[in-house]
Amino acid sequence: MSGLKWTFEVDGNDFTRAGEASSSLKKKLRALGVSPDIIRRVSIALYEGEINMVIHANGGTIDVEMTPERIDMVLKDTGKGIPDIEQAMQAGWSTAADEVRSLGFGAGMGLPNMKKNTDEMRIESTVGVGTTVYMTIYLS
Amino acid sequence: MDVRDVMRVLDAELICGEDSLDTEVHEACGSDMMSDVLAYVKDQAVLLTGLVNIQTVRTADMMDMVCIVFVRGKKPDEDMIALAKRRGMVLLRTDHRMFTACGLLWENGLRGGKSV
Repeated sequence: MSGLKWTFEVDGNDFTRAGEASSSLKKKLRALGVSPDIIRRVSIALYEGEINMVIHANGGTIDVEMTPERIDMVLKDTGKGIPDIEQAMQAGWSTAADEVRSLGFGAGMGLPNMKKNTDEMRIESTVGVGTTVYMTIYLS
Repeated sequence: MDVRDVMRVLDAELICGEDSLDTEVHEACGSDMMSDVLAYVKDQAVLLTGLVNIQTVRTADMMDMVCIVFVRGKKPDEDMIALAKRRGMVLLRTDHRMFTACGLLWENGLRGGKSV
């Protein structure tokens, strides 16, 4: 069944705008009456992903689809890719620059936190081509 | 305690959010690392931080927090204040350092939530 769909462009050149897509989706879900717990998990997972797209991959595109059963989020970038996904999933592992840490991010908690807040998460990445993260949160 | 109590205990300056000063708060967290806030915060309604950029406000918004206290006299810029106003969030500023600010709030009944 086809559900509600939204697409967000993430500007990779402007750190100050990172989080706008997550914030916008949060408002839409709230207006639709989605439960606060689900909204919070979606917001955290998407915001972490959005920050990653800005600091590691020069931005990209986020596609969200919501049905009565689930919310699917697909975050696609054409950045440098992740050479070792298993390593990237380890809490504390980060390749972020010191400049990113000075902005409050880059502690190596993003991907593990995205996994923690979603029911399903899968990463496809090719070095030099880009990364796509698929996340699903069930509504019941 | 409510946000007005937080303001009083920390001898803090109100930057914005006057309409929300009566909001009850029970738990807080202190961090300059937004990654940690996103990973470990659960029901903490107050964020104490020395980090001043727009993502501080966005992070607090994602976590449904009601108040940010900038420690060490840090000043948020106009973009941060505008975003906080749009989200109905209270911004406070205190000259206390992080450790002292957290200690004063603890002493007055605010807690930090469960261990990770």
